[in-house]
Amino acid sequence: MKLVTKMVLTSAMLFASVNMVFAASKKATKLSFWTFQELHSGFMKDAAECWNKQHPDEQINLQVSVLSYDDLHNKLLIALQSGRGAPDLCDIEIGKFANYLKGKKPGLVPLNDVIEPEKDKFIIGRFNSYKKGNNYYGIDYHVGAAVMYYNKELLDQAGVDPDKIVTWDDYYNAGKIVKAKTGKPMCTVESTEHWSFYPLIVQQGGDFLDKNGKGVLDSEVNVKTLEFLKKLVDDGVAVIAPGGFHHSEEYWAFMNNEGAASVWMPLWYMGRFTAYMPKLKGKMIVRPLPVWKIGGARSAGMGGTGTAVTVQSKNQSLAKRFLFYAKGSKEGSIKTWTMLGFDPIRWDVWTDPAMKAPNEYTDYFGTGVFDMLYSIKNEILGINVGEKFPLAQTLVQKNVMFKVLGERSMTPREALTAANKQLNAAD
Amino acid sequence: MINQKKIQFITQKNAPWIFVLPFLISFAVFTVYPLISTVIMSFQDIAGFDDTAFIGLKNYRNLFNTQFYTALANSTVYTALTLVILIPLPMFLAVLINSRTTEFKNFFKSSFFLPALTSVVVAGIFFRYVFSAQETALMNNILIKIGGKPQKWLFQRGTTMFVLVLFCTWRWLGVNIIYFISGLNAIPQEQYEAAVIDGVNAWQKFWYITVPNLKPVTVYVVTISIYAGFAMFAETYTLFSSAASPGDIGLTLVSYIYLEGFNYAHLGMGSTIGVALFVIIMIINIVQLYFTGAFKKQGEN
Repeated sequence: MKLVTKMVLTSAMLFASVNMVFAASKKATKLSFWTFQELHSGFMKDAAECWNKQHPDEQINLQVSVLSYDDLHNKLLIALQSGRGAPDLCDIEIGKFANYLKGKKPGLVPLNDVIEPEKDKFIIGRFNSYKKGNNYYGIDYHVGAAVMYYNKELLDQAGVDPDKIVTWDDYYNAGKIVKAKTGKPMCTVESTEHWSFYPLIVQQGGDFLDKNGKGVLDSEVNVKTLEFLKKLVDDGVAVIAPGGFHHSEEYWAFMNNEGAASVWMPLWYMGRFTAYMPKLKGKMIVRPLPVWKIGGARSAGMGGTGTAVTVQSKNQSLAKRFLFYAKGSKEGSIKTWTMLGFDPIRWDVWTDPAMKAPNEYTDYFGTGVFDMLYSIKNEILGINVGEKFPLAQTLVQKNVMFKVLGERSMTPREALTAANKQLNAAD
Repeated sequence: MINQKKIQFITQKNAPWIFVLPFLISFAVFTVYPLISTVIMSFQDIAGFDDTAFIGLKNYRNLFNTQFYTALANSTVYTALTLVILIPLPMFLAVLINSRTTEFKNFFKSSFFLPALTSVVVAGIFFRYVFSAQETALMNNILIKIGGKPQKWLFQRGTTMFVLVLFCTWRWLGVNIIYFISGLNAIPQEQYEAAVIDGVNAWQKFWYITVPNLKPVTVYVVTISIYAGFAMFAETYTLFSSAASPGDIGLTLVSYIYLEGFNYAHLGMGSTIGVALFVIIMIINIVQLYFTGAFKKQGEN
C-alpha cells in the first residue's frame, strides 16, 4: 500500500510540475534587450506592457539590461563575432552602428519585412543611417533635430529677445550683451565630444564623411565653423563645458545653477533637462538654430540609436514585430514624444493632437515645442555614414575638439587636416 | 590481472607528467593557442568570425603611427615611474613594519594591502571625481586651501600621468610590501648579529645586508612590475570611462589594442599591437634579467 501511495503521489507531482512548466512557457516569451541609455529602458518596458495587453496569446517578458556606452558596444561586438551571448534586441548608437554591418554576414537581422508596409510614413533619412545594401537593420528613436535651448530668464535680464536672433552673427552679438549685463557666458561648448561642432557643419551641408564614406574633415566649411567656435570661447561668449562634455555630472550641476544662458543640442537632450536639471523648469525655451546665411537650414538631424534584432535571437519574428510596434507604429511613435521628449520618425503623427497634449516636457518647456519643430521640418538635414564613421567621430571628439578648444595646442585647420589624414590612412 | 594493469598505468616514471597534465592542458588552451591565434590574426583584416582576409604585413606597416608612439611613450614613462616609486618605497616600509620596535604589525600590513582588494572600476570612478577639474572637487579644493592653483587634472598630459601613478601606487604598495616582508624574513639573523659586533649603524645594515639579501625578491618584483606597467589598462579605462582619452593623454599600449580592436572593430590591427607589446615586454625583461645576473650560474655574482 505504502509503495503504491508513494508512486501515485510522485507521479501526480511530476504531472503537475510538468504542466506548470508548459503553462509558464505558453505564458510569456523572454526577450532580452540591452541599452546604454536608462531613459530608453522605461520606454521599452512600457511598450512591452502595451503589447501584452493587445496580444494576449503572444506575451513578452522583456528583460532589460542597462550597460555603459562603451561596455554595451564592445560586449555586443564580441558576442556577435563569437556567435554566443548576444541579446534578442539591442540599442546601437549611430556612432558605432557601422561596426556591426561589416563583413559578408552582419550579425543583425534585416527589418525590411516589418518596415516596408509603412515605409512612406517615415522620414526615410533616419533609416538610411542603418542601411547596408538593400537591407534596413535598425529602427531609430527619433529624428534628432538640433535646436537651441535658451534660458529665457537670463536673456530677459540682459534685455535680449531670442526671436530676434536669426544668424550666428546675431547670436555672437547677443552673447556679448548677455556677458556684459549678467556676467554669465552665452553658451557652453564641448571640448571632448562633437555635439557643439557637428550640427553647425551639417546645417551648412558639411560633414565628417562624403557620400562615398571617405573622410572630408578638413573641408573649408568645417575649418571656418571650428574657427567660429574658437572665437566664441576666446571672446568669452562661450565657456568650455565643465567636465568637457554636455553629458557629464559636472555639467548638469553647472547648468542647473544657471551657469550659461543657452546651449545647442539635439531635441533628445530635453530628457536630460527634465531628469537632471530640475531647477530650470519653466525657464528654458526651445528655438531653431541660428543660420549662417539668410535662408540657410536651421537644423540638422543629430545622433541616433538604432534598435536592432540580432541573428542569435531565438524569436526573431516576435522580436521584429515587437520592435516595430514599440517605435514604428503610430502609437509607439507618439510615445517617443510623450514619454521621451523625442521628435518622432513618423511624419504622420506630427499633426496628431497628442503632440500638443500636456506631458512632462510641455510642463518644463511650454507647449510650443512641436509647433516650432513642425516649422523647420524640411530643414533637418541628414548626415553621411559609412564604415569610417566610428573612427571619424572619435577623432573629432578626442583629437580635433580637444586639441583646438581644450589643450589649445593646434589651430582648427591644423587639427582637422591631421585628423583627416589619420582617418583616410586607415585603409 | 586487472590490478596489475591499473598499477602499470601510473608508474614511478610517468606520475609527474600525469600530475602536471592539468596545467599543461590549460596552458596549451589558454596561453599557447591564443598566442598563435593572435599572431595569425595580426596578418589579417577581420570583418566577421569566418570572414577574414589575409593582408600580409599591412597592419605592421600601419602600426608605426603617431598614436602608437604616444601609447608607447605613455606606457614607458608610466612603467619607469612606477618602478622608481614602487620598489624603494615598499622596501623601506617593509623594513619599518618588520622592525622589532614596531607595534601592531598586522594592522599596518592589512591597511596597506587593502587597496589591492578593491574593485578597480569603483576606485577609478572615485579617483575621477576626486581629480575632477572643478574647483569644488576634493583635490582642487585642498589645493586652493593651501594656497595652490586648481588643476585640470584629467585634461593635461602631465597631471594625468601623476594621477595614474598615484592610483597605481595606492593600489599596489601593499602587495609589494608583502613581497619584501617575506623576503626579509628569509634573511639569516647571524648576518645582522655579526654586523652589530663589527659596529655598523642602521643605514649600513640596511644597505650592505638587507638590500643584497633581498636581491631575488627585488628581481622578481621588478620583472612583474615591468609587465604590469606595460599591461596597465583598467586604471586608465575607468579614469576616463573610455579607452579613448582627450588627446590620447591616457592612452597606454593595451588601451590602444582595445581602441583599435573593439571601438573601431579592427581586430587584425588590435592583434598586431598585441604582438608588438609582447615583443617589447620580452626584450625589456630579458635585458633586465641578464643584467641582474639571472642567466649566470649560481655562485657567480
